[in-house]
Amino acid sequence: MTAAVISASSPLALRLRDALAVTVLGGLLALPFIGLVTVEEGGALTVRTRWGAWGATLAALFFGRLLLRAALDAWRSRRPARKRAVFSSGDAVLRRAAGTSLLAAALLLPVFFADNRYVIDTATTLGIYVMLGWGLNVVVGLAGLLDLGYVAFYAVGAYTYALLSTQFGWSFWEALPAAGALAALFGILLGYPVLRLRGDYLAIVTLGFGEIIRIVLLNWTSFSGGPNGIGGIPRPSFFGLAFARSAEGRTFHEFFGLEFSPMHRFIFLYYLIVVLALLTHALISRLRVLPTGRAWEALREDEIACKALGLNTTTVKLSAFATGAMLAGFAGVFFAARQGFISPESFTFSESATILAIVVLGGMGSQLGVVLAAAVLVVLPELGRQFADYRMLVFGAAMVTIMAVKPTGLLARREPTVRLNPERSAAP
Amino acid sequence: MGYALQQLINGLTLGAMYGLIAIGYTMVYGIIGMINFAHGEIYMIGAFLSVLTYVLCTALGIGPTPLVLLAMLFVSVAFTALYGWAVERIAYRPLRGAPRLAPLISAIGMSIFLQNYVQLTQGARIKSVPPLWQGGVTLWSADDFRVTFGWAQLTVVVVTLIVMAGFAWMITRTSFGRQQRACEQDPKMAALLGIDVDRTISLTFILGAALAAVAGMMAVLQYGVIDFSIGFIAGIKAFTAAVLGGIGSIPGAMLGGLLIGLVEAFWSAYLSPEYKDVATFSILVLVLLFRPTGLLGKPDVEKV
Repeated sequence: MTAAVISASSPLALRLRDALAVTVLGGLLALPFIGLVTVEEGGALTVRTRWGAWGATLAALFFGRLLLRAALDAWRSRRPARKRAVFSSGDAVLRRAAGTSLLAAALLLPVFFADNRYVIDTATTLGIYVMLGWGLNVVVGLAGLLDLGYVAFYAVGAYTYALLSTQFGWSFWEALPAAGALAALFGILLGYPVLRLRGDYLAIVTLGFGEIIRIVLLNWTSFSGGPNGIGGIPRPSFFGLAFARSAEGRTFHEFFGLEFSPMHRFIFLYYLIVVLALLTHALISRLRVLPTGRAWEALREDEIACKALGLNTTTVKLSAFATGAMLAGFAGVFFAARQGFISPESFTFSESATILAIVVLGGMGSQLGVVLAAAVLVVLPELGRQFADYRMLVFGAAMVTIMAVKPTGLLARREPTVRLNPERSAAP
Repeated sequence: MGYALQQLINGLTLGAMYGLIAIGYTMVYGIIGMINFAHGEIYMIGAFLSVLTYVLCTALGIGPTPLVLLAMLFVSVAFTALYGWAVERIAYRPLRGAPRLAPLISAIGMSIFLQNYVQLTQGARIKSVPPLWQGGVTLWSADDFRVTFGWAQLTVVVVTLIVMAGFAWMITRTSFGRQQRACEQDPKMAALLGIDVDRTISLTFILGAALAAVAGMMAVLQYGVIDFSIGFIAGIKAFTAAVLGGIGSIPGAMLGGLLIGLVEAFWSAYLSPEYKDVATFSILVLVLLFRPTGLLGKPDVEKV
């Protein structure tokens, strides 16, 4: 494999040699995993060959590399003509239009799919991921801290509501701020010792923390129900009106004089997550233009410069970390209330990885990008089993590719939210 | 007394494995200043290759145990080293000089990719192989309790000692070792003096992967049960070992691995096996809190 740039006019032989080298190396890598497989047969492992799959891999590598090289060369020879992308006002108009239409679509969705539980349910799941993505975006996209155990705070929120409601009879709205505060507290306790150190340590400590929370929830049976989880979590009510055919006090359909329909609750849950997500969005948008948010972005760009300007970097990091944790806590409360049942199964590392993939794919710092990436991530597995199986494989590969091609993320807005003299200081 | 001795032996075996993996973390951190999150998966790949070779040997009727062991070692090290090289080439080399966060995300992406790749190609079920040999040396026996140093455990410790001695010799005595240390101290200056820094970094990844492959093979010998997700927890623990010993320090990684192995063995034996991962992790946080440079590390000086 040669990294040297092959110019567009280079002879075909050179390209063929390059593709051949990739095929040989890739074929060697693939041989023990794709070409051979160990399967259990009669209680013992045996080796089976899959030369067909291996051959297909070789062919894919060879032609894929040829095409990729050709495409790259074509792109490279075109590039000098391209102007450096400058953050233009037209771009902002486009973003605004896209945002507004997405919001309108989100608000009108139940009107068109009022009887389709599947669509409403999927959209609610999407809402949860959007909210989680936005929360993690504060930590990763704005402050530039890699949090690999984000799901732990989500779990803290979910279990807080589950325990407070089943043990002490707290309602959804009472538990919401408590859970957010508790998640933020966990964030501060975890972040304080680690955030003083180099950024990489935070990644591994959060990774460990995510596992620890899961292990504790799994083993501390008297507290969390262990692997059986907690069931019978009360659903949120509409200002005290329950969504049921009949209940103590008035129910939603009686109060509004409607025919009872189980869909009311799903639509209510959907609007609830939309409202929570919008509140999250409003909070983040405001924070971004406040000194706190500006400090986050400054920190992401250059930590040493921040210190030189007199910012207490630990406090700034901690505020971002705690804000992200709090938002995850809110999302967790909603998740518990919607499912009615939670167990440690829902809070594994792959969940953290999914949320991180949403943020990275969407573009760190971009609110709109998170929505689009979350939509791809939630809808893709619904299309079929093979999509669900290959989902994480593709995301892992996409994360590597995106970092190599455009380290700021696909729809990145790494542009500082505020800048001095916008005309002169186009991106360096 | 006997029980404690047995735990000491178990802890040593476990620690030898963690130490081997931790060296990979510490060397990569030393030379390019990043955590190679995919290193745990490299260890997992090494273990899978060992199982594959073992099963192949059985199928082909290659009998004597030492020959099988050598074949496992050779195949696993060779292919895993190739994987280590490829990971560096694909996920890290394009990102030299990129923003701080980019290589970390690329690394975690690589880790997710490799884990799912092995799960999809080899299946999600656990793979178990029968133990290569049973029995061992009985060190101490009383009433109904015997302290044994199993043959597999003995192999793990002896092989680890040999590999580490050879590795230490390579780093301190050979020309590659000098180049490697030079790149660690100052890559720019090393490049000016004619050292091929990219090649040295590649070799560092290859070496780290080779050591992880040895650890993977040891895991197969010792436990005989693996699946696609073993790299995750082993990776966190080996990283903790590297931090405990002082990240960037190779003797530190060995020492850290040994300590983590011992803590885990004794914690499982005397306190609670369910929370053994919690114990390791608490060590990580405590070390970061009170002695971020680890036991043998040098303070990390940040330059503008």
